[in-house]
Amino acid sequence: MKRLLELLEKDCNQPIEQLAVLLQISKEEVAAQIKHLEDERIIVKYQPIINWEQAGEDRVTAMIDVRITPQREVGFEAIAERICRFPEVVSLYLMSGGYDLSVMIEGRTLKEVAQFVATKLSTIDGVISTTTHFMLKRYKFAGVIIDDREEDRRLVVSP
Amino acid sequence: MNWGDRISPLVKAVPPSGIRRFFDIAAEMKGVISLGVGEPDFVTPWHIRESCVHALHKGYTSYTSNYGLLELREEIARKIYENYSVTYNPRTEALVTVGVSEALDLAIRAILHPGDEVLIPEPCYVSYKACVMLAGGVPVPVPTTIENEFRVTVEQLEKLVTPRTKALLIGYPNNPTGAIMPKQQLMAIALFAQKHDLIVISDEIYADLTYEGTHTCFASLPDMRDRTILLNGFSKAYAMTGWRIGYALSNPEFIAAMNKIHQYTMLCAPITAQLGAVEALRHGKDKMEKMVAEYNCRRQMMLEGLRGMGMTCFEPKGAFYIFPSIRETGLTSLQFAEELLKTEKVAVVPGDAFGASGEGFVRCSYASSISNLSEALERIRRFIK
Repeated sequence: MKRLLELLEKDCNQPIEQLAVLLQISKEEVAAQIKHLEDERIIVKYQPIINWEQAGEDRVTAMIDVRITPQREVGFEAIAERICRFPEVVSLYLMSGGYDLSVMIEGRTLKEVAQFVATKLSTIDGVISTTTHFMLKRYKFAGVIIDDREEDRRLVVSP
Repeated sequence: MNWGDRISPLVKAVPPSGIRRFFDIAAEMKGVISLGVGEPDFVTPWHIRESCVHALHKGYTSYTSNYGLLELREEIARKIYENYSVTYNPRTEALVTVGVSEALDLAIRAILHPGDEVLIPEPCYVSYKACVMLAGGVPVPVPTTIENEFRVTVEQLEKLVTPRTKALLIGYPNNPTGAIMPKQQLMAIALFAQKHDLIVISDEIYADLTYEGTHTCFASLPDMRDRTILLNGFSKAYAMTGWRIGYALSNPEFIAAMNKIHQYTMLCAPITAQLGAVEALRHGKDKMEKMVAEYNCRRQMMLEGLRGMGMTCFEPKGAFYIFPSIRETGLTSLQFAEELLKTEKVAVVPGDAFGASGEGFVRCSYASSISNLSEALERIRRFIK
């Protein structure tokens, strides 16, 4: 299973036949394992990694440090779940250290993101403070170096 | 003035590399998928590259001892002991060289007297024969066959050994066939070497790339340590071809003799590369094992792919080459490779570049991405139809 996950993580578009050869198991077995992984939500979703800047699309991303008051019984969960629901929120993590939640927001303009923080995020009950950092450049994302074309520099034929 | 006449007959006698000729054709073409490459497609793991950058920052730019950095020799001795339980004294029995190529040349030059014969199982790496010739020796090819899984047998060796035979030069896991030698068969070779009092030069550069069982180091066989000049390096397993670091391990007399040539011709291997090699041995095992697992995947893929289209193909168990037979096409190795390159733009290396017994085969390297390999297989399938 682990090996299959590693192969899919590297390239989820590989045909089943190829995976079967690489794993030395039957096609049916591969399909069954993938289905199982999907059913268990071990494989959560397949999606491409897009360099929007390259696509000529301007997007603004901000990382927001949020401090909150944990609530009785549910701790951080209730607030975290509320924040999750906003489509603008790309990712959300509970953190150790100087703040509690790390929220990543994506918007089309600076104003849009600022608006979201001011009107939606900081007004949630239990949110004590927010610190917004705008992202200036993305070098590496999801394990992929964005502008990395390590070309094959080897000679065509060598002994 | 015909300058050609002034070239040493020893150099003249060495035929130009068969690979070189083919390279000139392939290098000109666009859109070629190359299975002709004898080096990893991975770049050196970042931690090794980074350690080298750090060394430069710190100003490590001097010569080292002729023998190489002691810390590197110690790491080498440690690795060999851990893997094969053979002990070498890093101070007197280890020599760091500029790639295994240099180590091979030194070993041959250190032991050969003009006219001495060297038994060389073929197909084999292209330098073996040439190095022996350049040292004034006589290479004696020992053909191996697909029926024998490209392993050399004592019966064959016995037929070709003469009173002038000085050494046996073996390279397993083998380039170009991917053959390995199991311990039992190596034992028989060891007895043969002892019986005829031969020195054994064992090029084990692909040792870490063994996919079935574990590699047997020739020097680990009974009484073979001092008789063997063990060669290895960093190029293949650690993806460090361009760093040019290899090494030789043997008895102190042989190492001192090799060092004598090395100190007057090469002085020492580059210090930055040596420091990179230290890092590779200290912290590179995980990354190396990942790469080996990846090669193994590709090996399966190539084997099934080539057999699936009806080609006779021996299962390679080491290195990163597969050596299918092309006899059924009715073409020679060179014709096959040229036609395949022209019509489908896939570069493979004609088997006869590795010795006469390689005729009828081509070498495909699977040190290439899965997507490249699967495209190459598709093109080969179209070609042989």
